[in-house]
Amino acid sequence: MDALDLARWQFGVTTVYHFLFVPLTIGLGVFVAGLQTAWHRTGKEHYLRLTKFFGKIFLINFAMGVVTGIVQEFQFGMNWSEYSIFVGDVFGAPLALEALLAFFLESTFIGLWIFGWDKLPKRIHLATIWIAVIGSTVSAYFILAANAWMKHPVGYEVIDGKARMTDLWAVLTNSAALAQVPHVVGAAFVVGGGFVLAICGYQVLKERRAATARRNTPSIWRTPIRAALAMTAIAGAVVAVSGDMSAKLLYEQQPMKLAAAEGLTHDTAGAAFSPVPGVEIPKLLSFLSTNDPNAVVQGTADIQTRFTEQFGPADYLPNLPVVFWSFRVMIVFGMATVGLSVLGLWLTRRRRGGGRPQQELPTWFARAALLALPLPTIAMISGWLLSEIGRQPWTVQGELLTAASVSPGVSLTEVAISLAVFTLVYGVFAVAEAVLIIRHVKAGPQPAAPAVPLIPPSRDDQTADVRLQPTLMY
Amino acid sequence: MELTTFWFVLIAFLWIGYFVLEGFDFGVGMLAPALARNEAERKQVLGTIGPVWDGNEVWLITAVGAMFAAFPAWYAGLLSEFYLPITLILVGLIVRGVGLEWRGKVQHASDRVWCDLGVLVGSALPAFLWGAVFADLLRNSAVAALVGGALSLSLCVLHGAVFVALKTSGPVRSRARHAAMIAAAVALPTAVVALPNIPVTEAVAAGWSAAPWLWAGALASMAALAAGIALTWRGRDGWAFAATASSIALGGAALFGALWPAPLPGLTVAEAASGPYTLGMLTWIGLIALPFVLGYQAWSYWVFRKRLVAEVS
Ligand code: HDD
Ligand code: HEM
Ligand code: HEM
Repeated sequence: MDALDLARWQFGVTTVYHFLFVPLTIGLGVFVAGLQTAWHRTGKEHYLRLTKFFGKIFLINFAMGVVTGIVQEFQFGMNWSEYSIFVGDVFGAPLALEALLAFFLESTFIGLWIFGWDKLPKRIHLATIWIAVIGSTVSAYFILAANAWMKHPVGYEVIDGKARMTDLWAVLTNSAALAQVPHVVGAAFVVGGGFVLAICGYQVLKERRAATARRNTPSIWRTPIRAALAMTAIAGAVVAVSGDMSAKLLYEQQPMKLAAAEGLTHDTAGAAFSPVPGVEIPKLLSFLSTNDPNAVVQGTADIQTRFTEQFGPADYLPNLPVVFWSFRVMIVFGMATVGLSVLGLWLTRRRRGGGRPQQELPTWFARAALLALPLPTIAMISGWLLSEIGRQPWTVQGELLTAASVSPGVSLTEVAISLAVFTLVYGVFAVAEAVLIIRHVKAGPQPAAPAVPLIPPSRDDQTADVRLQPTLMY
Repeated sequence: MELTTFWFVLIAFLWIGYFVLEGFDFGVGMLAPALARNEAERKQVLGTIGPVWDGNEVWLITAVGAMFAAFPAWYAGLLSEFYLPITLILVGLIVRGVGLEWRGKVQHASDRVWCDLGVLVGSALPAFLWGAVFADLLRNSAVAALVGGALSLSLCVLHGAVFVALKTSGPVRSRARHAAMIAAAVALPTAVVALPNIPVTEAVAAGWSAAPWLWAGALASMAALAAGIALTWRGRDGWAFAATASSIALGGAALFGALWPAPLPGLTVAEAASGPYTLGMLTWIGLIALPFVLGYQAWSYWVFRKRLVAEVS
């Protein structure tokens, strides 16, 4: 083990961890904003209860997304100083823009939303959550554009050993980014939708188990279930289409990653796709990566030979089994969630002949819905493993090796200490967050607050703010 | 102005904004256990920063992001040089943010104690360490780091106490004014000790003696500090807050003045800078976006402008 290995572990651990929270912030945020909009439009009380119920989970999660994100922002300088100096001119720009254009928006308006329930006019209060949600998505765009540049560097030239940006627009409209943004944001919606689906499934099961439950009381979970099913299914389609785009881009931009993901050793014309080792579907791989069933797809060993000629002798192979399997786990687990949601939509479809209620959600489906929580999250992590480990040994494809990216002045001990500290702190918080969310879900949505019990202003200070907002804050 | 100069000034502005804004956040976080006698009062104290702390922290994120984009070698050098203090600062920011956001969402009072502890420790660590890191940059000595840390810590406590006095009413407010006096009794002497010690690394000394206005800035910062203490004594909360904020801002200005043109030993701004194309593009976007950011942040302070009272429940 040297400092490089530990630095890689540290980056992997902290980034995967950050990304446990990020998709839920993006996906659940929109869902909460949608619920509040429904309340605003219809004035129905149960929408307000649901807004607050999911809003609280959203905030518990949001806090973790924020604090783990700060670590990300600092990490490049701490552990990857050579990388930072090499790429800062290009890669730093989207990061700075992200902070300026997205994080300020997100953090300020979330504060306004949490504390503004009785201070802002209803309409403006609704706008604050939407602005915060837009901030999240804008932040995703910029950081993914930065990440895409590492896979497919564009709009720059190397002068005196540093990348210098020549075209910001090219960086922001990188083909790799244009495929990656819908893929990741879509996947975040699958995670968010799946999360809501699982929670609703749990609540429905709880309702049915309770002795007092009468089958025909209208359940408040009906609407969120349908909404979550629709959200997951639509986002799933976006993910599949953009994933296919990504694969076609890999063929041109990162052939090594594609070959590793497919387990293809030698350049092959009309390459077969093998979903699991031993099973082969003829010509499918060539077709998937180029739309031409007879095209030549490069193989890992042959690319290794070519890279050696081009860049000098070294090991250019990523960790093949990890890349191979993470690709499959991503697709299978992710698409299983999407399949589940399509099935759910069909099961709860409205009966024909208008006016009649939509069908009851079968209990077995409510049970299956619980799977929609872990599955897309595992798919998401696998997707990142595929993307990041598949890029190894490069940090910037074809330009900078990971081994040349690490901070030269930082010792093994220092990295070991910070890795241990972060892992420990993160581990504790992971458990705490899980416990907190589980307790909150078990408690279920609270009855809507009784019409604002205003405490009369204290006599000595007439300007005093009367009351702290009860449900969503301290 | 040259683009590199402009970006150095902009980054200094972001850091100073961070020190001023999160300065009182940190102070409030450290003082909460001392100022509040019960849960209602704790809510009242922490409620003063509740809606704004995250927005304040983004000043840091933007400052660091701007350093990455505009002066990659400064960003990389600073963070890898001060590796362990930065790690601790990050841990502080983590436990603090989570503590602040979760304390209203846990069900048991015993869990809330953990949140409060996180807020306390997580506010004190960065408040001390940022001062230590920058003092070490100027002076390159452990003693300087300690003095710098003590100064920034006590300034944050003072600034936070003044902020609580401004934003609350009732018993918490009078306790906050007492706390401000105690913090002042530490901050003022520390500042007096720190002042003559500031400009002594060789690279810095040259720039420093060539630029007497740095001294003026540091002295003005002291004067503002003294004024802040006097105004708190007189019960002029608003003006006192303006004075402690100016004190931190002027001190920050002197600090970044001293870091010009070599923000790290052996590294000048010109050597660290990104190319003119990147700086030019970012300048345009920054100049367009910054007024909006300042505008909506100011608006959020306006929305939460009223004093908070303890909730009787
Ligand atoms: C696809 C989306 C995405 C990706 C790949 C990343 N993040 Fe992130 N990040 C978000 C999406 C996001 C978010 C949804 O916008 C968060 C999560 C919770 C939040 O408040 O904002 C966030 C929070 C967040 C924050 C805190 C913002 C605040 O205080 O409000 C910082 C500093 C970063 N991130 C930085 C990074 C860096 C340097 C990354 C690269 C390694 C990174 N994030 C990956
Ligand atoms: C979009 C922003 C991202 C950027 C800029 C980014 C950049 C990087 C960098 C600089 C490294 C370290 C050098 C290296 O080992 O290659 C790395 C490695 C890694 N990243 Fe990412 N990454 C991003 C997002 C993610 C996400 C969201 C995940 C997972 C959830 C992830 C997972 C990993 C893993 C597992 C490694 C370690 C790979 C290895 O060293 O073998 N990355 N990435
Ligand atoms: C819900 C299901 C899915 C989830 C949650 C998911 C998630 C992800 C994530 C987070 C990444 C890393 C970011 C990136 O590089 O774009 C990724 C990469 C990728 N995904 Fe998916 N994905 C899913 C389904 C699919 C499908 C169906 C395909 C193929 C048709 C696909 C193809 C790809 C490819 C090729 C990459 C690598 C892109 C690159 O590294 O340049 N994904 N996925």
